[in-house]
Amino acid sequence: MSSTVTGDKAIVRIEGLTRRFGPIVAVDRVDLEIARGELFALLGGSGCGKTTLLRMLAGFETPDEGRLFIDGQDMTDVPPYRRPVNMMFQSYALFPHMDVAANVGYGLRRDGVKAAEIADRVAEILALVHLQDHARRKPSQLSGGQRQRVALARALVKRPKLLLLDEPLAALDRKLRESTRFEMVRLQEQLGLTFVMVTHDQEEAMSMATRLAVMNAGRIAQIGTPHEVYEHPASRFVADFIGIANIIGLDGGGWMALRPEKIALSAERPALPRTVAGRIVDVAYEGDRSLYHVETDAHGTMTVSTTNISRSAGAAFARGQSVWLGWSDEAGQRLEA
Amino acid sequence: MRFVIGLPFLWLGLFFLLPCLLVLAISLGTYAPDSVPPVELGLSFKSFALLFSDDLYLAAWISSLRIAATSTLVALLLGYPMAYAIARAAPNRRPLLLMLVVLPFWTSFLIRIYAWMGLLADNGLIEQFLRWSGLASNPGTILGTEWAVHLGIVYAYLPFMVLPLYATLEKLDHGLLEAAADLGAKPFAAFLTVTLPLSLPGIVAGCLLVFIPAVGEFVIPDLLGGTETLMIGKVLWDEFFTNGDWPLASAVAVCLLVLLVGPIAIFQRNQARSLERRT
Repeated sequence: MSSTVTGDKAIVRIEGLTRRFGPIVAVDRVDLEIARGELFALLGGSGCGKTTLLRMLAGFETPDEGRLFIDGQDMTDVPPYRRPVNMMFQSYALFPHMDVAANVGYGLRRDGVKAAEIADRVAEILALVHLQDHARRKPSQLSGGQRQRVALARALVKRPKLLLLDEPLAALDRKLRESTRFEMVRLQEQLGLTFVMVTHDQEEAMSMATRLAVMNAGRIAQIGTPHEVYEHPASRFVADFIGIANIIGLDGGGWMALRPEKIALSAERPALPRTVAGRIVDVAYEGDRSLYHVETDAHGTMTVSTTNISRSAGAAFARGQSVWLGWSDEAGQRLEA
Repeated sequence: MRFVIGLPFLWLGLFFLLPCLLVLAISLGTYAPDSVPPVELGLSFKSFALLFSDDLYLAAWISSLRIAATSTLVALLLGYPMAYAIARAAPNRRPLLLMLVVLPFWTSFLIRIYAWMGLLADNGLIEQFLRWSGLASNPGTILGTEWAVHLGIVYAYLPFMVLPLYATLEKLDHGLLEAAADLGAKPFAAFLTVTLPLSLPGIVAGCLLVFIPAVGEFVIPDLLGGTETLMIGKVLWDEFFTNGDWPLASAVAVCLLVLLVGPIAIFQRNQARSLERRT
């Protein structure tokens, strides 16, 4: 498992970090290491503590317990304006009274960078996000996607050791979100920066992150690459949260997670080690694939998916049809919790 | 429907425009001490000529503008932190704090100014306190000085400064200050570069709401000021009630109006612009 990073490669090291709001423990004794150059995602539902954790990295929240190191230096009690960290806010938080160039150059002016150098660096970063022609516009004169890129440019221009992104794509519509995803990964690789991203969207985390942490109730449920977390979920929570999983009770006790696409669906009993008979109770045609809910005697209702390879077939099986499900011995992941 | 819309215009025409025209007409008449009212209508600029030839009126103008300006500045310096504190207070405590700001309005303005007379008088509470605390061994009387006039104006008009400032500061997105801090701005730098420019509409509104009435203020300089405190409102009163020179008093009123048209226009534009920005 790649849950730890060797000491000197770690840009972020978190030890037992805890943050309480009254009786609520938002972040509960979290340990975490993030390597230089990673695109790391904190993934979880609302109230899981991911945003509080990100805000502690930025310095907007002070931990009640634990230490936080950035690039080897203890940053636990350092105010936000002295951290080598920049954040892209979910609402973008662009200054409405400044034009795009002034917004992007704000952080450089605070650092006392010379005017000529500010102009150069602002122009350079605006070109990188394709906004060179909009430098004199006010944020109110920009589209949502352009505002998102201004916010990104403003956070990138100081070349922070760590770039924090709070739901960076949440405010964009679906089509733009997908193209922006690739754009952000390209920027991250091109600039060689470390990104830490908070998202509730598992698809976003899976497709962008080099590693991700699934959070639940203030704790990290699992850390790993998207592949590890999807194919080897450590717990029922993770298996259920990431994608769709059939959780099956095992004979000797314990549980197994079985993904819908790992199950073969057929009219006749298949020649596979594990088979179960059932009846289709629900069909969801999604274009690229179809999802079936199959009522089985052995395991209750199971979800199975088929890829719609042929254009003519539509959903290959009908509701009410008796079918067989089958899978191999390696198809499922035994769950530890 | 048309009647409902027309009613305010009728009201304004009858009780605002008509009196204004009357004042203008009287200012162009000549002083006739023996007739009632003591004015002979006509088209004479004698009263205006007198206004511009006698240094007293110019001195009163300048002194009014100076007192109004310094009082506005003091009200801004006091009102801004108040408004800021209320806007940053817990949301459930804000109504109470705002009520405390407007609480003085529950008592008549005149009575409150009389109360200040008592506080500022010879051996009044304030003088006694100054002596008792040792801050000043022989403070002298504050009543009847320009200090008292400033104090009265700042006291009376402070809510008009606090309320528009509160309105803009309360709308200020706290995320912007976090963004500023994140980009390396220390708290004071964040205030100067984000909070202050974004609260500018509130500053302009508050300053004009204090400045405009303060220029023509009569009650406060009359009751709290002394003979050496010259303000145009008081001059107007003297011309009208003491000297009975209606045309001259009207000319003073017309000049006051003309002089304040500028600031009032700025105020209107500022309001219109901040309304636009909200939509």
